[in-house]
Amino acid sequence: MARSINHNANTGALPDFRNFGILLRILLIVNSIALLAALLQSTSIHDWPAKFTENAAAVEPLLVLSLLVLMATGNVLRRLPHLAAILAILAIELALTAALYYIGREALSVSAQSLPRWLLVVALTTAMLLVYFDLRGRALSPALAEARLQALQARIRPHFLFNSINAVLSLVRQEPRRAEAALEDLAGLFRALMADNRELTPITREIELCRQYLDLEQLRLGSRLRVEWNTENMPTDALVPALSLQPLLENAVYHGVEPSEKPGMVSINIYAVRDRLYAVLQNPYHASGDRHAGNKMALANIRERLQLHFDVAAELTAKVSGDLYEVRIAMPYVKDQGS
Amino acid sequence: MSAALRVLIVDDEAPARSRMRDLLADVGVKLPVTIAGEAANGREALRVAETGVVDVVLLDVRMPGMDGIELAQHLQKLERPPAVIFATAYDDYAIRAFELHAVDYLLKPIRAARLEEALARAAQSVAPMEFLGELQQAPRVCLSAAERGKVHLIPIEDVLFLRAELKYVTVRTAAREYLIEESLTRLEEEFQERFVRAHRNCLVARAAIRGFERAGAESGEGPWQIVLAGLEERIPVSRRQQHVVRELAR
Repeated sequence: MARSINHNANTGALPDFRNFGILLRILLIVNSIALLAALLQSTSIHDWPAKFTENAAAVEPLLVLSLLVLMATGNVLRRLPHLAAILAILAIELALTAALYYIGREALSVSAQSLPRWLLVVALTTAMLLVYFDLRGRALSPALAEARLQALQARIRPHFLFNSINAVLSLVRQEPRRAEAALEDLAGLFRALMADNRELTPITREIELCRQYLDLEQLRLGSRLRVEWNTENMPTDALVPALSLQPLLENAVYHGVEPSEKPGMVSINIYAVRDRLYAVLQNPYHASGDRHAGNKMALANIRERLQLHFDVAAELTAKVSGDLYEVRIAMPYVKDQGS
Repeated sequence: MSAALRVLIVDDEAPARSRMRDLLADVGVKLPVTIAGEAANGREALRVAETGVVDVVLLDVRMPGMDGIELAQHLQKLERPPAVIFATAYDDYAIRAFELHAVDYLLKPIRAARLEEALARAAQSVAPMEFLGELQQAPRVCLSAAERGKVHLIPIEDVLFLRAELKYVTVRTAAREYLIEESLTRLEEEFQERFVRAHRNCLVARAAIRGFERAGAESGEGPWQIVLAGLEERIPVSRRQQHVVRELAR
């Protein structure tokens, strides 16, 4: 069975305090606690409502004020490291409690219980809420990650699509058979792009996809595109994230071959060393170019997907050495158990 | 219109040219057209256009080396510039500019009906092309100088220095000089990585600098001059640009 995405990529983000659902949850939970506290404090079931009203008079101003402050500072807090943000929230809550305590005592001359006791109650409640939201976030995050993954994949250069269709059209009259083959390649490529690509795919499939893509490019670019495959030491039972190589080849052709009138070589080298799988792609490097933004995006996309599958066990590096551009992927060698 | 419209096809991809030929054949049923030539790059295209047998150029925007935008600018220097119809698969930035300046363009894959429309329009009027300079994203690969109906392409890497004089800029290569009608300031902006200003009206190619020497060899006290590869002439460095000597002298 193919391995699915690793679900531990959750980064423990704070809840969004401007989210209505989050606010509602906080209000409900805190009031439930106040209700429970009132029940424990009351001597009989009859003075429970009175006790709750008494508690609410102290709790509600703090609760409303807290939510307002958190709504206002939420964006700043979310940018802090996780631990710092949690400490900041605790500090905010304790400060608000102390402030309200003194205002209540001085201005309104409300007799209240001791401050340390209130501080402890507030700290515990805050901590409990934070733990709750953290767990909830963890439970939901894989869904988010998968949604993002799907979005990441649905990308192909429109430039490639339209140029390819144009090339196929040029074949239709003179060489119908080649046109057929090209359309089949195009269909195969789009089938792969639109498939549910959350699971790992056999490397042989990914390579077939790469060949279909390169055949299409060859049609357009003719002798300008040269391809060299080194796959003798590639384990054929390896599994890789779907579309981890094809976008890199698209980059190589777009940045390395197309901008030059001279023929350019794209070389692909795939091999395994013990439990690691490596893929190294090289293409000519052209220093002058305004096309690099797209390249970075594609690399970031693949890097992110590698991370979603393998976390820190995979890495992607890109470098320029002389007139060559090289992308190197290292990832765990996952064997296909099914075959 | 009686005479057939003479069309030049410029595209770096062979299948795209072949497709354009097919389309022109289709269009030919209604609108008389002949194919004046085909070119896979800017140089070839200019060579054909120079002979004066071209009314319309069908020009791919994205080509390696000299792109369509640059070629169109060089074509404007011909005595009777042909009409240009750009073709592109997908080029956001260029399309916006074309629309803005009411320049006709074709989206690949091209439809025969759309091509016919564009050709008919091109036969009647030539759209203004002055805006192309602003559309140029990367520096041009060539400068061009018009001489007796011909357009000389001067590869920018051959240029040793550029000197402004009155209305023109002199372009000096190892072989000869050319006059071009451009502003030195614009040239400096466009090629700032390649050239350095030696004095108020002269840009010198960094790669061509062989050394520096003092004017008035005996005293050794005169202002600095630049020695260029393969050139007797020395380029004086103005007082304000003395720092250039320090930066470039190794």
